[in-house]
Amino acid sequence: MKVGLFIPCYVDQFYPKVAVATLELLEKLDCEVVFPLNQTCCGQPMANSGFASLSEGCDKNFVANFGEVDYIVSPSGSCVLHVKEHLHDQDEIKASHIRRHIYELTEFIVDVLKVENITASFPYKVGMHISCHGQRGLHLSSMSELSAPAFSKPAYLLNRVKGLQLSEPKRVDECCGFGGTFCVFEEAVSVKMGKDRITEHALNEVEYITGVDVSCLMHLEGILKRQGSKVKTIHIAEILNSH
Amino acid sequence: MSSREKILGAISTNKPALIELPVIDIKSTSNLAADWVDQFIKILESIGGKVIQLSSIDLIKKEIQQAKIGGEYIVNTLPILGEVNTEINSTMEASLLETVDRAYIEGSLGVAENGSVWLYENQIKNRLLPFICQHLVICLSINKIVPNLHEAYKQIDVAKEGYGVFLAGPSKTADIEQSLVIGAHGARSLLVYLISE
Amino acid sequence: MNPKNFNRLFFEPIQGATLSHSEAAEIFNKDEARTDWHDETLWFVREKRDKAVRQISEWEQLRTLGSDIKDHTLSNLDNYLTEFEKNAQANGIKIHWAIDAEEHNEIILRIIREQKVHQVVKSKSMLTEECHLNDFLSQRGVEVVDTDLGERIVQFRNEPPSHIVLPAIHLKKQDVSETFHEHLGTEKGNNDPQYLTEAARQHLREKFIKSQLAITGVNFAIASTGGFVVCTNEGNADMGAHAAKIHIACMGIEKIIPKAEHLGVFLRLLARSATGQPITTYSSHFHQPRAGQQMHIIIVDNGRTKQLGRPDFRSSLKCIRCAACFNTCPVYRRSGGHSYHTAVAGPIGSILNPNLDMKANADLPFASTLCGSCSNVCPVKIDIHVQLYKWRQELVSEGYTATGKKVAMKGMAFVLSHPSIYRIAGKMGRWMMRAFPFIMNNKSINPWYKQRDMPEAPKQSFRDWYKKNKQ
Repeated sequence: MKVGLFIPCYVDQFYPKVAVATLELLEKLDCEVVFPLNQTCCGQPMANSGFASLSEGCDKNFVANFGEVDYIVSPSGSCVLHVKEHLHDQDEIKASHIRRHIYELTEFIVDVLKVENITASFPYKVGMHISCHGQRGLHLSSMSELSAPAFSKPAYLLNRVKGLQLSEPKRVDECCGFGGTFCVFEEAVSVKMGKDRITEHALNEVEYITGVDVSCLMHLEGILKRQGSKVKTIHIAEILNSH
Repeated sequence: MSSREKILGAISTNKPALIELPVIDIKSTSNLAADWVDQFIKILESIGGKVIQLSSIDLIKKEIQQAKIGGEYIVNTLPILGEVNTEINSTMEASLLETVDRAYIEGSLGVAENGSVWLYENQIKNRLLPFICQHLVICLSINKIVPNLHEAYKQIDVAKEGYGVFLAGPSKTADIEQSLVIGAHGARSLLVYLISE
Repeated sequence: MNPKNFNRLFFEPIQGATLSHSEAAEIFNKDEARTDWHDETLWFVREKRDKAVRQISEWEQLRTLGSDIKDHTLSNLDNYLTEFEKNAQANGIKIHWAIDAEEHNEIILRIIREQKVHQVVKSKSMLTEECHLNDFLSQRGVEVVDTDLGERIVQFRNEPPSHIVLPAIHLKKQDVSETFHEHLGTEKGNNDPQYLTEAARQHLREKFIKSQLAITGVNFAIASTGGFVVCTNEGNADMGAHAAKIHIACMGIEKIIPKAEHLGVFLRLLARSATGQPITTYSSHFHQPRAGQQMHIIIVDNGRTKQLGRPDFRSSLKCIRCAACFNTCPVYRRSGGHSYHTAVAGPIGSILNPNLDMKANADLPFASTLCGSCSNVCPVKIDIHVQLYKWRQELVSEGYTATGKKVAMKGMAFVLSHPSIYRIAGKMGRWMMRAFPFIMNNKSINPWYKQRDMPEAPKQSFRDWYKKNKQ
């Protein structure tokens, strides 16, 4: 099984440790992982700003990089959702293959690899931040609005990590306020939403806030650091890859 | 071209191809009438109504007589409860109706899932009465409780009379800071007598 | 350049004095304690909704039915409207058709003048808000008394409603107390909601009894019977309509449902979604005027047929105005209804209003993180967050974007389409810190930095690490 590792552009540039953890974790789980070097971006920053019309070049490049692998896996629910919903190309056979075979990391581990045991150890109190696109878009976990049975793929994995104490904030799946360019164009509301998430996690006395999307964590980290908080953010790949 | 023609023309141009109308196939969660009665009482009380089960209407008759003696303006619209107030008709002025302290009316049907009671216009005599009276009392046969609104709409004919209403509890509002206040514009209280006579 | 001008770079300013959503939201957030209060008050309503829907095991099935019935109705809307008209006329109701807000208002004014009425009572109707009926009538010497408690409060204060179900939800009881002290002579400083509601009850009963003409909205109009349903908790629509000699009911063309049995679905969905109640206190079914009464229905288009012709946005016409999307929206709760500067605020408003005026409402589809909670609570399954995304594309393609944003996005797209340029430009994140609005390393103008620290640039990118360690 050949897995193409898709590392979103800002993760590549600012959070390489998340990418390294994802790669090592997939290799530990016996995947043959390749990282196509010419990948750039899924095009979401433009599309969510109303410029989907400009993302043709990104789409073409994405297909050129990932058209030949069995699965595409990424440590970002948001970027995965964007590709799943919006990737199109002149080579529609390849584009459609990608749309159907792209996975967010935890759903790939749970649904495709069907992993039941995680060897990681992370003896800390961890708060789960549910990222909207992964949850409501990719259905990584049940949604508080719906009348449906509860489940969570990320929590399923975290609950198998040695020593980890997982908690949920009171409003289990409220948005953190990142929202792509929303975070700067609607700065006041964006920050307020982030602060409110942090307050609820702090009530659970967490040491870390984790999630499946680096972008949400980057936003929360920015606020935590400004507040001088001791609480840290960590991507779920880093926890699942910890020793 | 009239606005009517313009609107209908624009719809006909812009509407999508015909989509099929679904069939409503929702089953009641319970088939037991006793469960429906229990649920009706529980729900109506949770939304501010009061329910009393009676096996005889004598108590209501007495209650009406006593209140009338006490000087309250009591309106009875049910012949089985004694003398009816014939002054209440469809053209009675609002300023007169406004003085009604308590009105007794008959309900057609109760809905277990939401605690509402269906009232036809001929049961309320004047459309304003159940709203403008200070306190409302509905007499409902215990055999007239249905499990849900789907069943209710099968049993009533909404167009049979000029007006009809599902009434669920006393008038209420939460418009000031989401604090629930009973008695907004309509009746300040609702009492439903469930009669099993 | 100060951070305030940052948005001007990327958005065309709204004409006139109206603040954009982000500007109004920033002001709203200056009082953090009050923002918290607003957020929690509306979250409480969302929680009540959750509790109510969990008691209905067939809830998701009901949503699907509600959605499918509305889809069907929209696909046959012209026939249902004519069927409704025929049946309503047979019931003795006079039907009027209005192509837009102006015609709607003129029809009402004509009826008022014919009947020589000077004061009207009006229960809640978002359509009349959309048409700015109150201003129109008061400018022509007709006093409109809003009779919903929340609407009366905001009317006294010369404010528009901030929420379609809870019009005064942005106000605290102290605010209401002051307003009532000024207008109704209630005790100064008495903030008890019970006391204040009682004062409004006495005040409005007098208005109901005196008024000759009542205006109401319409929640549902039944094609097969020619009747309509109005839902309230306070009983104000009924108090007005049953006391007055003339009843005018105003409805958008999308309020039609085929048959009475469909009310079983919609009335089960409506109040539970709106406030967590199993049903509104009063669900009144009007079919004929009472003896001696005149009953009119005004059927209004005002842009709805245009929206019907937009396949991407058509389903927004399925809305039953429950406002569940308001209460769940993390942005609405933290910015307040007035920041949306339209009659219908919140997520649904942000997909309806660009249809009415793209230029004036170009900011609204961006007042969202696209989190999707709105679509999940919608009782008729409108894919609100998907439509917000699509409106963004539409607004950009129609040219409602500031030049700065266009240039930035084109530059970004160019670099990201060319891996070799990206590699050089992106070295150590330098290019990104210039081009990505949320990482932009210009602390003096980047709003990110106002209340957040920047991510730290690491020593090497993942690509560099990979090349060194894996190849």
